[in-house]
Amino acid sequence: MADLSKNDEAVAAALDVPVQRGEPILQVRNLQKHFPLTQGILFKKQVGAVKAVDGVSFDLYQGETLGIVGESGCGKSTVAKLLMNLERATAGEVFYKGQDITKLSGRALKAVRRNIQMVFQDPYTSLNPRMTVGDIIGETFDIHPEVAPKGERRRKVQELLDVVGLNPEYINRYPHQFSGGQRQRIGIARGLALNPEIIICDEPVSALDVSVQAQVINLMEKLQDEFNLSYIFIAHDLSIVRHISDRVGVMYLGKLAEIGTDSEIYDHPTHPYTQALLSAVPVPDPQARANRDRIILTGDVPSPANPPSGCRFRTRCWKAQEKCSTEMPVLAIPERFRGQDTLAAHESACHFAEERDVVHAS
Amino acid sequence: MSTIDKTASVPAPRASGEHNGPLLEVKDLHVEFHTRDGVAKAVNGVNYSVDAGETLAVLGESGSGKSVTAQAIMGILDMPPGKIPQGEILFRGEDMLKMADEDRRKIRGRKIAMIFQDALSSLNPVLTVGYQLGEMFRVHQGMSKKDAQRKAIELMDKVKIPAAKARVSDYPHQFSGGMRQRIMIAMALALEPDLIIADEPTTALDVTVQAQVMDLLAELQREYNMGLILITHDLGVVADVADKIAVMYAGRIVEQAPVHELYARPAHPYTRGLLDSIPRLDQKGQELYAIKGLPPNLLKVPSGCAFNPRCPKATDLCRTEIPALVPVTEQDGADLPGRKSACHFWKETIHG
Repeated sequence: MADLSKNDEAVAAALDVPVQRGEPILQVRNLQKHFPLTQGILFKKQVGAVKAVDGVSFDLYQGETLGIVGESGCGKSTVAKLLMNLERATAGEVFYKGQDITKLSGRALKAVRRNIQMVFQDPYTSLNPRMTVGDIIGETFDIHPEVAPKGERRRKVQELLDVVGLNPEYINRYPHQFSGGQRQRIGIARGLALNPEIIICDEPVSALDVSVQAQVINLMEKLQDEFNLSYIFIAHDLSIVRHISDRVGVMYLGKLAEIGTDSEIYDHPTHPYTQALLSAVPVPDPQARANRDRIILTGDVPSPANPPSGCRFRTRCWKAQEKCSTEMPVLAIPERFRGQDTLAAHESACHFAEERDVVHAS
Repeated sequence: MSTIDKTASVPAPRASGEHNGPLLEVKDLHVEFHTRDGVAKAVNGVNYSVDAGETLAVLGESGSGKSVTAQAIMGILDMPPGKIPQGEILFRGEDMLKMADEDRRKIRGRKIAMIFQDALSSLNPVLTVGYQLGEMFRVHQGMSKKDAQRKAIELMDKVKIPAAKARVSDYPHQFSGGMRQRIMIAMALALEPDLIIADEPTTALDVTVQAQVMDLLAELQREYNMGLILITHDLGVVADVADKIAVMYAGRIVEQAPVHELYARPAHPYTRGLLDSIPRLDQKGQELYAIKGLPPNLLKVPSGCAFNPRCPKATDLCRTEIPALVPVTEQDGADLPGRKSACHFWKETIHG
């Protein structure tokens, strides 16, 4: 027992070391989450698994924003939960400053969670309606008392409200007294309370009106500079992800299809799924409507309980060939672009990766 | 079984000859809700019209009154607490608000149909989709169950649901989101209406599926030469499909324009703000322009122009006097057909 707590302290000490800008702060390796499907009432028998996340690897660098996009059911929210250790991974590792957080528990895990915070999608259900704003944000200090001494907590909460652009006098109000945009600001203030290094944002603006979305996005960008934060920004709105992200990963059925810097993904996509996704985004410019390169996919996303063999996108892909059904493409820089000085040379999981600019085509 | 007159089930000719105005015209419509906290004025004098084959997009944020207007047209507004103190809704020249309930029921579904946003909660979970699709034919046209089922399969084929015959007796939860939305579209199309109102038809869908559904809707609209009112908050979707746009704010139309004109030269600061505040896929800017403040509370709409507390150009005039929706002209006074703006300073906004 004594050994264990010593170990915990060592972990906690290791976490206090700051990471230099541009160094990886979070390294995800072959992360998997399978939810078992069971049959029978008394004697439960596993009959299969929903492979929500099936081998995802990426790095998050200090101070950057990594966007993750994909359709509903592709596993992007499960990735968020795994990074927070809210769900236990089936396999794979998440290294935060060299510590594998999927294996941690107890005090060490608590110390990690202080540094990785989350902002949730729906500001209407993620705040307790019976607690005041002061209690909602202040609750974090009850769990991590070392961050703010007891007497100072109220002042600290008011400071946080001010930082996110709310009137500090609103501290005794309840969530229902705020609009959607203001509530999301409260959610952000709660995420900031413990001075985290990483904030995971799961669809933070998708429930908000257009004019309010811009306010919240601007606030998040401002806070990133001010507090030197790293963001993982999960969304299905590709335009917003492009706006805020330094790098973008595209997910399909529990796997990353393509990952690269924002202009690599948006201006030089090489994976057919990314191309289809980008071409489907409506562009707010009627001039562009006639001469846009539209790829309309047929069908729906297959069930993650029974994904297609080989490449998971092949059932909807117009390039699919024999090879795609037998051989699973790996996420790597495609051979034809390797060593070339082009933005198309980024990681893409397709046997027939080919550059096609769908955003600017006209 | 129902009060619908089944002898009138012969499909009416597509174009009734005597009326040659617009298909649907909304004139000075007001809707208010009487609540415990006071009267919420959800719609304050809305005017718009749609022709056959035309797509009108009604754009606005939540609480702008866009859906309430649509519900008033369909006659599915909850009354009380809702109330329509004044206004006219003319369908082929006839005021629907003055019609008897029975006459309205004949129009609803048969002449004007609606596609709702959330297909999962709009479909009945305990009835098969075939039964729900067939209901249109059984109730409006007095068809037998067997014929109605056959028609339901035809409709499902029409909206490109694969293996329609096999899936007709499936329940809504067995379909994916995009397929459910197709069933909603099929249901609206069943009786080949003259006008379809689509209330955020793709908001709950993924982009790839959204593109499929919008394409299907546009294709069917062309085929049947229907009028379409598309209610949405997505400026991207509007740019893709609309012919003309009405922008709503706090229960009023603040700008009306053909689609190309609106995006090129907005004539209202709110429209301009909206256009500037959306991130673009094909360009990466620095900071997004954000309209400051929040949409107004409908229980106490600001005096004068409702947008004045959020407007960068507001003057004292804006705080006292409600701007009328006036026609917009070129700098030299030349007409800009179809363009209107409700801003005291539209000249500066469009030409400045």
